[in-house]
Amino acid sequence: MIDFELNGERVEVDAPGDTPLLWILRDDLGLTGTKFGCGKSLCGACTIHLDGTPVRSCQLPIAEIAGRKVTTIEGLGGKVALAVQRAWDERQVVQCGYCQSGQVMAATALLVQNPKPDDAAIANAMSGNLCRCGTYGRVRDAIHAAARTLGDEA
Amino acid sequence: MSGSSQLTRRRFLEVSAFVGGGLVVGCRIGKETGPAAALAGAANADGAAATSAASAAGRAGGDALFVPNAWIEIGRDGAITLTCPRNEMGQDVHTAVAMILAEELEVDPREVAVVQAPVDPDAYTNSLLGAQITGGSTSIRDAWEPLRRGGATARTLLIAAAAARWDVPAAECRAESGHVLHPAHGRLRYAELAEAAASLPAPDASAIALKPASGFRVIGKPLARLDGADKARGRTRYGIDVALPGMLHAALVQCPVLGGSVAGFDAEAAKKRAGVRAVVDLGEGVAVVADRWFTAKAALADLAVEWNEGPNASVDSDSIRTALDQAADDPGAVIQHVGDPNAALGRGVAVSARYSTQLLAHMTLEPQNCVARVGAEGVDVWASTQFPQGAQAIAAEAAGVAPERVRVHAQPIGGGFGRRLDVDFIGQAVKIAKAMPGTPIKLVWSREEDVTHDFYRPPSLHLLRGSVANGRIDAFEHKLISPSVTARLFPVFVKDGLDPFMSEGTADFSYAIPNLDLRSVIREVGVRVGYWRSVSHAQNAFAIECFVDELAHSARQDPVAFRLAMLGELPRQAAVLERAAKVAGYSAKPGAGRAFGVASMQCYGSHVALIAVLSGKAEALKIEGLHFAVDCGIEIHPDQVEAQIVGAAVTGLMGALRAKVTLAKGRVEQSNFDDFPIPRMYEVPPITVARIESDAAPGGIGEVGTPLVAPAIANAVFALTSRRLRSLPLEEGGVRFI
Repeated sequence: MIDFELNGERVEVDAPGDTPLLWILRDDLGLTGTKFGCGKSLCGACTIHLDGTPVRSCQLPIAEIAGRKVTTIEGLGGKVALAVQRAWDERQVVQCGYCQSGQVMAATALLVQNPKPDDAAIANAMSGNLCRCGTYGRVRDAIHAAARTLGDEA
Repeated sequence: MSGSSQLTRRRFLEVSAFVGGGLVVGCRIGKETGPAAALAGAANADGAAATSAASAAGRAGGDALFVPNAWIEIGRDGAITLTCPRNEMGQDVHTAVAMILAEELEVDPREVAVVQAPVDPDAYTNSLLGAQITGGSTSIRDAWEPLRRGGATARTLLIAAAAARWDVPAAECRAESGHVLHPAHGRLRYAELAEAAASLPAPDASAIALKPASGFRVIGKPLARLDGADKARGRTRYGIDVALPGMLHAALVQCPVLGGSVAGFDAEAAKKRAGVRAVVDLGEGVAVVADRWFTAKAALADLAVEWNEGPNASVDSDSIRTALDQAADDPGAVIQHVGDPNAALGRGVAVSARYSTQLLAHMTLEPQNCVARVGAEGVDVWASTQFPQGAQAIAAEAAGVAPERVRVHAQPIGGGFGRRLDVDFIGQAVKIAKAMPGTPIKLVWSREEDVTHDFYRPPSLHLLRGSVANGRIDAFEHKLISPSVTARLFPVFVKDGLDPFMSEGTADFSYAIPNLDLRSVIREVGVRVGYWRSVSHAQNAFAIECFVDELAHSARQDPVAFRLAMLGELPRQAAVLERAAKVAGYSAKPGAGRAFGVASMQCYGSHVALIAVLSGKAEALKIEGLHFAVDCGIEIHPDQVEAQIVGAAVTGLMGALRAKVTLAKGRVEQSNFDDFPIPRMYEVPPITVARIESDAAPGGIGEVGTPLVAPAIANAVFALTSRRLRSLPLEEGGVRFI
């Protein structure tokens, strides 16, 4: 049994310790907002927050998360996430949308770390998240917009 | 013919009268099987009942009848539902069809619930293969007229119902925001009128008036994508997210040589793993079923599969190249022949060149997957597919049942790009499910299986000759040699050696040239090939637009002016080229270390031109910007027209710079995003899209941005470095992009 905090609630999972968190989320817990894309930390579709840091859940063995805090797109909240998702709506970022959970998770983590990222900081933080539809320009615009919103509120 | 449609209409009303309820209007998106009349009648909120009733009527009357495949329902509760036979894969089709309907129906498009149509068994038997396919940038072109007519028909009926209730002439009433209004009587909600409207006779087509473009309040206006909020919050359920009670998970390994098969394996070793439930021989591979996908995937390593490598075991990148080369003297099939190109080439100074393009994988971010259940009640499949009818056919074959026994539940698609016009993974899931009757099975391919078992963009060889006289192209010859996707998937469409999906950009060649010869040669190379966003447009545009540039150079002409001189008969095409040049700040003599590359074509009923701006040197080329101009006729959702052009350009960039699929010993050598790179954020240059207003009927948009990227960049490389790159990906030519 491995227990950890998932989206604010304590969960217990009975699975081999080498099972990646991604498959526990999707197959055991029914949280399918976190996506499988590559299995090798190459695409970022499976990005979650582990103790607030963006991490690829496809290569994160559950043995390593005992007692730690996991946030998925389903549990994402707070004013930064809200600003990011509203900016996503406003800029109409999505196309097929499959990568967008990961993009939103990465963008939220970026803005928590760096409230006013420039283009280079955004590219640096977001280049691990592939978008096969090519929405990068709008992802960048939306991150700037969310940063402005949060700056105005502050 | 009109008698037939009357019969359909009457039968439909007869059949649906007893169900009672809201208003249902059927129309047809795509290929017609009969008269293009809208069909109106009553049904309850159960759209499926209406569908089968209408289709039954169509079938009973013979194959010339109108069979609707899109259904507009207005319930007694006011709910507006559009059942749409086209799949949403990011191209915004569901928002766009809601907008087209809302315009004529006079409702808020956000109130239209777009529901993915199931596969209708009657549509299956009555229609050609084209009936339930999403591809070829056809959806809006096909839906434009019928959906407006359907919306207008519903509006006309609702107004008639209100006029009858108020006992006033219909001409005194108008529709607005989901209501019918009358100056003296006030307003009635559609919800209050739907049932009465359903009992009225369908209006004659001549009584249906469509709005003029000047009256549009939805089409061409801003609107948030209907699927946007859910997708930004992880709420959209793609095929891979389908979950059913008792469902088990399957992973598979396929023969590393394409076309090979299983010779033997050790099922017992895999079954010893905790959580493994079954091992299934699929012929082309072996699947493990387990309670988690990761368990199933890990157990594949225990199988020690031995393979019959089959006929393609010696295929490699050299043999593919050789096969194409060997077809160079094949005369092929003629697409266009004008004047006497041979004589013209003899008169002037002939230039000749060979161009080639590489194999490419699709790399949909959602790996191939399918949930299947086979039981006494028939077969159910849930899948992200562009081709529900094909899914039904392969599922029926795999389960050994009639197609009517298969229900296809098409899901939102996490990237199509043509990969999901193939249905191989659906047949596999059904085979696994058949081995475990009653248990839902979710098959998910690993990324490695996806990359090594794709249906690849065909490799191509292009032979070109041309000559210039008086500063203009006098003769132009182009021959495309490549394997044919259509010969594999839809052989009925290949006639006299001509695959219509190999003559894109040549059948609708833009330039007026007095002596022209355009051909194609189908040459199989031992690799399975598939439709890939923009299909042969991309290959043909690369060869043709670069070679036109070569001819401009040989004629010492400016490449923009050189093209414009040949576009006199296509003013919309000339206009986009001029606009792109203007937006890009095009100059024939830019400053040192900077250059422009030009490309232009018509495709999908739209017009597009691109100027690429490049700086640096051959070892470190920087794409400063890609500047498009597009005329796609009336734009339904302008913001998403821009999004599609930009997204398709990123796809074009992927194919242009460095991605490639290579083979050795029959095996694809790439396996994931590390060795088949798709552009990342930092690699994508600024992309601008200038859109030209037009009142022409809508053109396609989903693929228009892809084909010109490679030729525009290659032409810019020549302008900057004097190196003519004639092969894709461009970095194979010894340059490097930063």
